[in-house]
Amino acid sequence: MNHRPALAETPLARYALIGGALTFLTVFLFIPLGLVFVTAFKDGVDVYLASITEPDALAAIQLTLIVTLIAVPLNIVFGLAAAWAVTKHDFRGKGILLAVIDLPFAVSPVISGMVFILLFGASGVIGPFLADNDIKIVFALPGIVLATIFVTFPYVARELIPAMEARGREPELAALTLGATGMQAFRLVTLPNVRWALMHGIILCTARAIGEFGAVSVVSGHIRGETNTVPLHIEILYNEYQFTAAFAVATLLVFVAILTLALKSFIAWRESQRKVVA
Amino acid sequence: MNLSKLGTLLGVSHAQAGLLRESIDAAQPLVDTATAIRVTNLSKSFGDFKALDEVSLEVRPGELIALLGPSGSGKTTLLRSIAGIEVADGGHIFFGDDDVTNRPIRLRDVGFVFQHYALFEHLTVFENVAFGLTIRKRPKDEITARVRHLLAKVELSDLERRFPRELSGGQKQRVALARALAPNPRVLLLDEPFGALDARVRKGLRAWLRKLHEEVHVTSILVTHDQDEAFECADRVVVMHKGKIEQVGTRDTLTMSPASPFVREFIEAPAPDFTI
Repeated sequence: MNHRPALAETPLARYALIGGALTFLTVFLFIPLGLVFVTAFKDGVDVYLASITEPDALAAIQLTLIVTLIAVPLNIVFGLAAAWAVTKHDFRGKGILLAVIDLPFAVSPVISGMVFILLFGASGVIGPFLADNDIKIVFALPGIVLATIFVTFPYVARELIPAMEARGREPELAALTLGATGMQAFRLVTLPNVRWALMHGIILCTARAIGEFGAVSVVSGHIRGETNTVPLHIEILYNEYQFTAAFAVATLLVFVAILTLALKSFIAWRESQRKVVA
Repeated sequence: MNLSKLGTLLGVSHAQAGLLRESIDAAQPLVDTATAIRVTNLSKSFGDFKALDEVSLEVRPGELIALLGPSGSGKTTLLRSIAGIEVADGGHIFFGDDDVTNRPIRLRDVGFVFQHYALFEHLTVFENVAFGLTIRKRPKDEITARVRHLLAKVELSDLERRFPRELSGGQKQRVALARALAPNPRVLLLDEPFGALDARVRKGLRAWLRKLHEEVHVTSILVTHDQDEAFECADRVVVMHKGKIEQVGTRDTLTMSPASPFVREFIEAPAPDFTI
């Protein structure tokens, strides 16, 4: 009893801490999550299935998938390029570039959406030019994709930068002295070294792209069956008091979240295995 | 333990290994012909700091020289300029008659050994050593033979399937050396190769590097701030200070007739040997 390690808390304090954490998680996480499923299945499995297979829901799911499939690959390319530039080269304005990468994190998504309206909207900077040439950006797919890319841009770059920094430049230099071109050094040395950080970034980026609400809400125009993504569709159902349908569609996003967490944990576990061997 | 049995076992394996090594040695010399390195009036500044100030240097074919000096003396910048990692502001670099001053790193045919090994962590020892040959798309049999031969040279034959993280510092540096030698480089450049190792391992590797150089005979430049390392490994030592070469010579010339007050101050007489 008296041989407690110097830094350990008393049993009472320990139970209080654990109890507090569990209560918090229950109230803010488990109960709401449970309620989503309870409400979704309140009127039976048939209603649940009908809610997620009605035409507007399917259109929303389809749009979300298209947007994600465009935004995520582009952000992988942008993220790799930005991380490579920042970590492997010295240049003027590097600090500014680093700050700009974080900008979407710092700015409210609603404002991100507004920026695109100001730029491409009918009364926006290049709106008239777009209208004259019959190019639709806001209230259409391109606007939604642009807003999603903007909001999810930092995820891949932010995961890659510390991973690339930790390795330093020497492995790439070694590859160059051994006769590799810059592209070969990137493909054969840089990329394999940061593959788990990259995977991690892709997963977070995808999850955010699927779930993005604020910025997309501003540029989408909420045209049913046309420019509604899954989160927007849920909001509309909710505003129309179709709670069962809203929560049914919401379960899809919950599944995405759970899948994301599982993949994230798997990657964290793989990383820790690697370090144990080291 | 059964000593005689162990001895027999070792004897047999040694003989076989020796036979194997000889047959490979005959088939492929490690370096075809040694190339001279000539540096003329090389300058390099970082902002206001003159890292290299009109440096000229000649390294004879097959020679191993050491660049010795305090930190900031320009020795690493000189080495990295020869490799093409740094681009000099002025002056020329020749490998033999070949002016390589403006050539990109990958076309210079240099072997470079980094202080912190810079091994490819996701590749095995074998794949690390094979990297330069794989890039050059050499036939598989040739790559295997060459890599095995080099691993035997650096005494790491039984570790070819290991990953770098499973090796000690000294083993990693020997892999890095084998990797640098694999594509048959014209010159070998070593940047504080033993700087990250503890004193005991360092001492062992010094003698081993000297021995390896005598076998391989590739023109080599070793950067170090450790005088014993410089004198023990190198044919000649280049003393650098503030971006200039102060003097080039053996330990005797540098201690007996120093060319400048800096050299007299900097070069210590050999430490008395207290080991029995």
